[in-house]
Amino acid sequence: MITAMTFVIALYIFMLAAFTGYEVISRVPSILHTPLMSGSNFVHGIVVVGALGALFNASSVLEQVIGFLGVMLGAGNVVGGYVVTDRMLAMFKPSTKPAAPAQGMPVTGARS
Amino acid sequence: MIVLAYCVALSGLIASGLLVYGLKRMSSPVTAVSGIVTAGWGMLFVVAASFLQIFGVSDAARPHIVVNVFLAILALVIGGGWAGWKGRSVAMTAMPQMVALFNGMGGGAAAAVSVIALTGPTDTGIGQLLVTVAGGLIGSMSLSGSLIAWAKLDGRMNRPLRFGGQRIVNAVVFVLTLVLGVLAVAQYHQPGGGLMALLFFAGALLCGICMTLPIGGADMPVVISLYNAFTGLAVGLEGYVMAEPALMIAGMVVGSAGTLLTVMMARGMNRSISNVLFSNFGEVAATAAAG
Repeated sequence: MITAMTFVIALYIFMLAAFTGYEVISRVPSILHTPLMSGSNFVHGIVVVGALGALFNASSVLEQVIGFLGVMLGAGNVVGGYVVTDRMLAMFKPSTKPAAPAQGMPVTGARS
Repeated sequence: MIVLAYCVALSGLIASGLLVYGLKRMSSPVTAVSGIVTAGWGMLFVVAASFLQIFGVSDAARPHIVVNVFLAILALVIGGGWAGWKGRSVAMTAMPQMVALFNGMGGGAAAAVSVIALTGPTDTGIGQLLVTVAGGLIGSMSLSGSLIAWAKLDGRMNRPLRFGGQRIVNAVVFVLTLVLGVLAVAQYHQPGGGLMALLFFAGALLCGICMTLPIGGADMPVVISLYNAFTGLAVGLEGYVMAEPALMIAGMVVGSAGTLLTVMMARGMNRSISNVLFSNFGEVAATAAAG
C-alpha cells in the first residue's frame, strides 16, 4: 500500500502545507495573535476524523474504548475551539471607526 | 464502493481547502469573523462525510459496526456537548486556559489514534510505525503539558515547581521515552510489545508534565501556542499513518503557523522561545540580569 511514491508525495504535502501555514500567519497584527492561536487550535480538531476512522475499524473492546476516548477528545477540540474562537472574534465585529484598542483586544479584557 | 471512496477522499480535499481559507481570513481583522464560520463549515462537512467510511470498514470490524457507530455518535455528543457548554459559559478572562484545555484534548485524540495504530491488529511497516511513535510522543506531550498549563492559568497550581538538576532529570526522562518508543517498534506484535507501548505513552505524558512544571504562569500563553503547534504536528503525522491527506494538510499548516505564532508571541515579550522554555531552571536572576 505504502510505496516509495506515496511516501515522497506525503513529504511534498508536508512541505507545501508548512509553507502555507507560514504564509498565512506572517505579517499578522499582534492584536490577532490570541484569536489566531484559538483558530488554529480549532483547525487541528480535524483529528476527530482520524479518531472516527480508527473507531469505525475497531474490532476489540480495547480498541473501542481507546477509539471512543479519541473521538470524545477530538469532538471537544472541535466544538470548544470553534466556540472560543467565535467568542474572541465577536469582539472584532465591524465598526465604522478605526479599531479602538481597548475594545478590540480580547485577552486584555481583564484590564477594563 | 469505489464511488464512496472517492466521496470520502474529495470531502477531505474540500474541507482542508475551506479550513486553510478560513484561517487565512482569520489573519486579518476585517475578515476575521467570517473566517471561523468558513472553517466551521469545512469541519462540519468532513466530519459528516467521514461517516461514509462505515461502508468500507475492514472485515474484522464488520460485525462490530453497529456498536462502533453508536459509540462514535455518543462520543461526539458527549465531547462536543461538554466542550460547547464549557466554552460558552466560562468568563471571557478565562479564555486562554480554555484554549489550553481544548488543545490538550486534540493532542489526546492524536495520541489515541497512535495507540490504536501501535497496538491494533492491522500490520504496518516499520516506516509507518516510526511516524506513529513520533506522532504519539508529540501528541501525548501536548496533552499533559496543556493540562498543566490549564491548571496554572486556572489558579490550581500557583507556584512553578523547580529543583536542582531539573534539566538533567528532564533530559533523562526524554531519552528513556525515546528508547521505549524504539523498543515498542522493535517488539511490535511480539510478546512484551504492548507493555513497551504502554510504558512509552506513560513516559511521553511524563515528558510533557516535566517540561511545563518549571515555567511560570506569565509565560503560559507562549507555551500554549507551542503546544498548539505540537498538536498540529502530531495530527499531521497521524494523518500520514491513517492515509488521510486532509489531516496531513490541516495538521502541518497548524504546525508551521503555530510555530511562527509562538516565535512572534515570544518576540512580543522581548524573549526567545528557548529563553521561555529553559531559562527558569534555578537561574532566573542571572538571565534576567543578562537580558
